[in-house]
Amino acid sequence: MILRRARAAGWGVSVTALGLLALLLWSVVYPNVAVIVGSFERGLADWKEFASSPADLDALRGTVIVAIGSVVAALLVGVPLAFLLTRTEFRGRRVLSGVATLPAALPPLVGVLAFLFLYGESGVVTRVVQRMLGMREPPWTLSGLTAVIFVHAYTMYVYVFLFVSAGLERYDTTLDEAATGLGASRALLLRRITLPLLTPSLAGAMLLVFMSALGSFSAPYVFGGGARVLATQILVSKLNGALGLAYVETTVLAVTAVLALLLLRWLEGRRRYAMAGKGRITRSGLRSPVARALLPAFAAATVILLVLPHAMVVLVSFARDGAWTTQLLPPEYTLDNYRQLAMERELWRPITNSVWMSVLATAANAVVCFAIAYVVVLSQAPGRRMLALLAALPWAIPATAIALGLAATFDRNAPLQLRFLLVGTFWILPLAYFIRNIPIVTSAIEGSLRQMDPTLEDAARGLGASRWLALRRVVLPAARPGLVAGTMLAGVAAVGEFVASVVLYTHANRPISVEILAQVRSLSFGTAAAYSVLLILLVLLITVGARWLEGRATDTERTVNAA
Amino acid sequence: MTDTSDAVLHSAPGALVLEHVTRRYPGNPDPSVDDLSLTIAPGELLALVGASGSGKTTTLRIAAGYETPDSGRVLLGDGAAAPRDITRESPQRRGFGMVFQHYALFPHMRVEENVAFGLEARGVRRADRLARARSALDAVGLGGKSERSVQALSGGEQQRVALARALVIQPRVLLLDEPLSNLDPTLRQSMRDELRSTLRLSGVTALFVTHDQEDAFAVADRVAMLERGRLLQVGTPETLYHAPATRAVAEFVGRAALVSAERVGDRVRITIDGVALEARVRQESATADGALLAVLRPESLVLSETDGVPAWGGVVAGRRFAGGHVVYRVILGNGAEVEVMGDGAAAREGTRAGVRLADVPVAVVPA
Repeated sequence: MILRRARAAGWGVSVTALGLLALLLWSVVYPNVAVIVGSFERGLADWKEFASSPADLDALRGTVIVAIGSVVAALLVGVPLAFLLTRTEFRGRRVLSGVATLPAALPPLVGVLAFLFLYGESGVVTRVVQRMLGMREPPWTLSGLTAVIFVHAYTMYVYVFLFVSAGLERYDTTLDEAATGLGASRALLLRRITLPLLTPSLAGAMLLVFMSALGSFSAPYVFGGGARVLATQILVSKLNGALGLAYVETTVLAVTAVLALLLLRWLEGRRRYAMAGKGRITRSGLRSPVARALLPAFAAATVILLVLPHAMVVLVSFARDGAWTTQLLPPEYTLDNYRQLAMERELWRPITNSVWMSVLATAANAVVCFAIAYVVVLSQAPGRRMLALLAALPWAIPATAIALGLAATFDRNAPLQLRFLLVGTFWILPLAYFIRNIPIVTSAIEGSLRQMDPTLEDAARGLGASRWLALRRVVLPAARPGLVAGTMLAGVAAVGEFVASVVLYTHANRPISVEILAQVRSLSFGTAAAYSVLLILLVLLITVGARWLEGRATDTERTVNAA
Repeated sequence: MTDTSDAVLHSAPGALVLEHVTRRYPGNPDPSVDDLSLTIAPGELLALVGASGSGKTTTLRIAAGYETPDSGRVLLGDGAAAPRDITRESPQRRGFGMVFQHYALFPHMRVEENVAFGLEARGVRRADRLARARSALDAVGLGGKSERSVQALSGGEQQRVALARALVIQPRVLLLDEPLSNLDPTLRQSMRDELRSTLRLSGVTALFVTHDQEDAFAVADRVAMLERGRLLQVGTPETLYHAPATRAVAEFVGRAALVSAERVGDRVRITIDGVALEARVRQESATADGALLAVLRPESLVLSETDGVPAWGGVVAGRRFAGGHVVYRVILGNGAEVEVMGDGAAAREGTRAGVRLADVPVAVVPA
């Protein structure tokens, strides 16, 4: 038991805390306030317009349907898969668990693109099914809210899968044995023991899916068809010049998100138990011979489904633009798409843009978020609770809303109002990435710092170390796993960022994702896919780099945490 | 305790039979349980003892149905009818009670809901099952805590909840996996007596796994000792103590020095440093040919003067007061260390002393 005793905050820490507070108030709170204020600029006129516009009400309805539908779909895929992979042993289990998290490695827009290639009107799977059934028309169309939910099920089930798997790994299986020993049927066991005990994991996963689906932009933007959601409607209003309406839509979306967050957090926190025994995983073979025979086939099919989008993007990246029309697969293959990217400066530019902007944003995240986590976890500085709250806030606000807030705030130079002209400059996108990634980096570092015995820092200071030396030699090594993991996630998110980018980009600083969309629009699928492959490679590079750093850090971490 | 609360825990005991049970785990050449046969009579309390890895928990899990043996059978006798083969019956259908090592109480349920869960699974109405759960809690002395969260209970209380939960379904057989190992030493002493009296009152047949022979001796009617999956000996605590069948049993049970000996008729002769002493052999002891070891318990030896009567010479290496008497640790001339019950003669550490055999039978085991 570690007692955190009140520690007088040195003036240095207090000043840092106030500085951080000011930074977050300026970058996180101010833009959102500007949006809310903006929505009332014409009195209630814009709100009345929102309430009476069928398109907007439709969008609000669509947003809620997509969010709830995505949660249900992700649960339906993720929960059984988590149970299957943690509780049973079958041929192909290792391969399946190896690829189960693959969808998370697809940048949002790339996943959408892959689905277009596979299940779109002239997609490969669509055509295969069409030919097999001898139909004249495609068997389905990939559009509307159903299509959006379908894509979300693929990309977002990973959250459910990861949370439930983690929950099951901590799960004390002797509880299940105790229940069956007392005569419980499978149904009773699931209803009364397993599911209640997994509630925190399920609620956490549902929260993530719900929030992601609520703010999801790429899928509705590309496949929405006639269906509307708020996130895309905001951009439509902005492009139509109806700024006031865009502000109202943004406010509605943000408020919905925050309310949902509070509701699900409450649900998540309501049931939390410590498991008494050691979590023990016992994978059992299946008793039913039918299931035993079918399971490997099912595993193989699932693996194919999971790998197909990646494989398709790679395949199309070698397809000659324009040659693929009615054939099942692209008829001609070439390296031209990549050659073009490398040779033509204008085409290479989005790549350098994305790399630079994400490096800048992530570096800022590392420094600022470490400082926030330090103040929140290890100091008694004034305002640290407020700081923790503000650092979590961008997570609750959909990216479109953040982007619109930045657009509303930094569209003019008014230093007295702390407003600077950033819209239309290079800096607006790194700022947006930085803000979006504050929560994830901060919470990762906080997690590591909370595992550190806080008396270690005192011990170092007691041995005569200055605060700076203690920070460098004791706190930083302890924070390192979270720092590495957090910045890795932030880097991955920034390099493929699309939602805020599409609201704020200029031609000169357009990132890869925006360029992919442009190429899709001009039907240059091969080029779009080549960009996508490069983007996936960048993500891979960041992940591998972080693993390597983490591996080097493990020894230090062990020493510090074991103490 | 009232009559009604005792009645709620009362079981119609069954006989549990394990027949040539063997269980191997993949990747392990030695079987975890090796050709084990054991019969537990209705209402009997049998302890399964052995070091960790001896296969006792696997045996218990096979009895419970959580594991299926590779060969051999598990039978349940219902008294009148012939024993029924339950080797492949699921735990859900066996209707046995089980107390797990860490109790496995459902953390999201209140104490009474935990106890009532087995009745819930049997379709007992809510009001009924809660009433029965409360009487069961009364019977184990937890009447006032039925509405608590199980996480708010102490270790001893959790153990009693686990026991009440297993007994309230009136099982024919109760299985207990190290039920006392999570308790602190003082509590453990009193819980042993409490456990035995609760089990006796319920009348249930119980198989109880422990690595602690004192637990086994205090709770069980008979004790079965396992080593590397094999059954070494089964018998009353007295039998295991006084007439161990093997060296391993003699070493595991109580304190004993094992020294090589030879059999002369119905007597045993032990020669140390050229001094030969004799004692009667315990009748139950093995009569195998070949080399023998005498099992020298503290009470089979006495401290004597160094000269006069024949005795083994040694040096007193330590002494400890064991309530009622003093036990000396003596290192004999050949380096063997024995414990000797003092007879009032005071000997200081470091002094020379003689050790001779007391006038009690001595057990022998094959070397």
